[in-house]
Amino acid sequence: MNMGQDQNPVLRVSNLEVTYYTDSGRAKALDDVSFTLNAGEKLGMVGESGSGKSTLALAMMRMIKPPGRIEGGRVEIGGVDLMSLSEEDMRQARLSKIAYIPQGAMNSLNPVTRIGAQLVDAIRSHGIKDSRAQVEERCVNALKSVDLDPAVFRMYPHELSGGMKQRVCIAIGILLQPSVIIADEPTSALDVVTQRQVMETIDRVKDQINAAVILIGHDMGLMAQFVDRVAVMYSGRLVEVSTVREMFTKPVHPYAAALISSLPNLENKGVFQGIPGLAPSLLRLPGGCSFHPRCAKVMDICKTTRPTTRMVQGNRLVTCHLYNEEA
Amino acid sequence: MANLLELRHVSKTYSRGLINAKSTVALQDISLTLKEDEPTIMTVAGESGSGKTTLAMLLLGFIPPSTGQIIYRGRDITTLKGEDRLAFRREVQAVFQDPFAVFNPFYTVDHLLTVPIKQFKLAKSGAEARAKMDEALKAVGLRPEDVLGRFPHQLSGGQRQRINVARALLLKPRLLIADEPVSMVDASLRASILETLRNLQRDHGVSIIYITHDLTTAYHIAKSIIVLYRGGIMEAGDVDQVIKSPQHPYTRLLVDSIPWPTLDQRWGSDTIKAREAGGSSVGCPFRTRCPMAMEQCKTQPPLYQIKPKQAAACYLHAEHSSIAAERLSDLLPVKSELEA
Repeated sequence: MNMGQDQNPVLRVSNLEVTYYTDSGRAKALDDVSFTLNAGEKLGMVGESGSGKSTLALAMMRMIKPPGRIEGGRVEIGGVDLMSLSEEDMRQARLSKIAYIPQGAMNSLNPVTRIGAQLVDAIRSHGIKDSRAQVEERCVNALKSVDLDPAVFRMYPHELSGGMKQRVCIAIGILLQPSVIIADEPTSALDVVTQRQVMETIDRVKDQINAAVILIGHDMGLMAQFVDRVAVMYSGRLVEVSTVREMFTKPVHPYAAALISSLPNLENKGVFQGIPGLAPSLLRLPGGCSFHPRCAKVMDICKTTRPTTRMVQGNRLVTCHLYNEEA
Repeated sequence: MANLLELRHVSKTYSRGLINAKSTVALQDISLTLKEDEPTIMTVAGESGSGKTTLAMLLLGFIPPSTGQIIYRGRDITTLKGEDRLAFRREVQAVFQDPFAVFNPFYTVDHLLTVPIKQFKLAKSGAEARAKMDEALKAVGLRPEDVLGRFPHQLSGGQRQRINVARALLLKPRLLIADEPVSMVDASLRASILETLRNLQRDHGVSIIYITHDLTTAYHIAKSIIVLYRGGIMEAGDVDQVIKSPQHPYTRLLVDSIPWPTLDQRWGSDTIKAREAGGSSVGCPFRTRCPMAMEQCKTQPPLYQIKPKQAAACYLHAEHSSIAAERLSDLLPVKSELEA
């Protein structure tokens, strides 16, 4: 597999930086984040709460609100840098180029309008002038592609179950056939059976429109079942990006390794191996590598010097001093 | 041996509408017993709509059962009054799923901890109250100086949920009803919250009813498991046996859908039949989705005892002897084999 070095990735994020200016100081929520993604590829983005996963999604959509600010970097989709677009062009790009299925998406539906009206609104606001019948047909097809009955078009959100509402949100996400879909914990409030159905739905519609999918979450089990590559975030930085097989069999970054070994499975019943220590506050990041106070393999250099991101073992990205000599 | 908690043929039916009232059976004829001197962790598992939360509400005395009785230490909880009721409220604590909903956004999080201290007169002085709060917060892995004095919106979901667990700890309960306590918490914090719950059971003698749809955590923390579907018990028994060799088709579907964090154990490729709304209330509730449904399934199957510590309500196991619903608790293990 040579996915990291493909010459024409559909998405290229480079040196993205986001800072929140709070009363108690500056918090760098995204620090020099770069990665690429190919059409049809599924990337999992994992990390503890506060590691910057959702900030990354919002930054790619250019939906960071004050006191947050995008300080720099590029987000290119098909060669166009989203950061350079005008507000109106960016509004058009959302949903047609890059779609975002937010966390707890089911609560993002308007409770007092019918599902159909919300789908039609998404199409009309992107300047599509088709006839009413054509637009309606398109919406019904989107609902069908996520395994929903066409009757859902005339229903209100409260008439649907959590899993169905989540699928409506996926239907809205794919209406304009975007090339990148960002799903931020799409199944965190659903039970296992519904979760499996929703993930299988996302997988199928992704194949239909050949989109790239970024799945944000903290459930490594879901990642193992669903994605091709896993990116691990820690306090705003990408510490490792590897294929799912490499990540689960031989993680290179100590944090990723701790994350993998903390996973429950059938063999280690009753063993709760958390990662020692607490995630650092972004306002008070330790010097050097921000993981060093919790790291099992900490060295002197880690306390003083910030590691840079390197390519190791083919095309795995890792941000750790342990791998300096390999570069 | 005294019983801490006993459910006797408890059912709960919700009805809506004045004319043409429709009723939904949320729980059907559940009998369970928890022994007083053998603290255990029992999991109640099932997908949404299986009656898990209804069970929690019944156990906490928030809603009365439609039929049957809930007996807490020899007294029916619907008849408790005055001090007895207060004692029940202190001894039976809850941790709920949504760490966002239980906080009043107008108060700092201290409020959640000081109210029970005042209410149940746990501390004689302000300093003692503060010491108790610090101790409880440290027990769940929080730094008191990081969270006290903050407003709920300034804390993360994981921090808030741990404050809820700390609150339950503070009251030294006998029974803790944990309704999906970790479903909204990070994987790395999940381990520490589960560890806290297990220590509570092991070191403080608290029995825990752990309500969840996540069989992975259930497997790791519980001794016994009850699998609910639409208010009926589908399968019950030792957690190891039920999860490693599920006998009821519904439990198999649940176990198959667990996203195990290994690459060798993938989701099955069978398509899952969607759940129908409503559904008939006679017969096996799972039969409309069951790949192995038979004509017989139109009548309610009894629980068949498959192994000494495992029973399933399914005609596929009709060759085994059936057991009466109220005897179910006898086959639920209190301790796991490791400890026994």
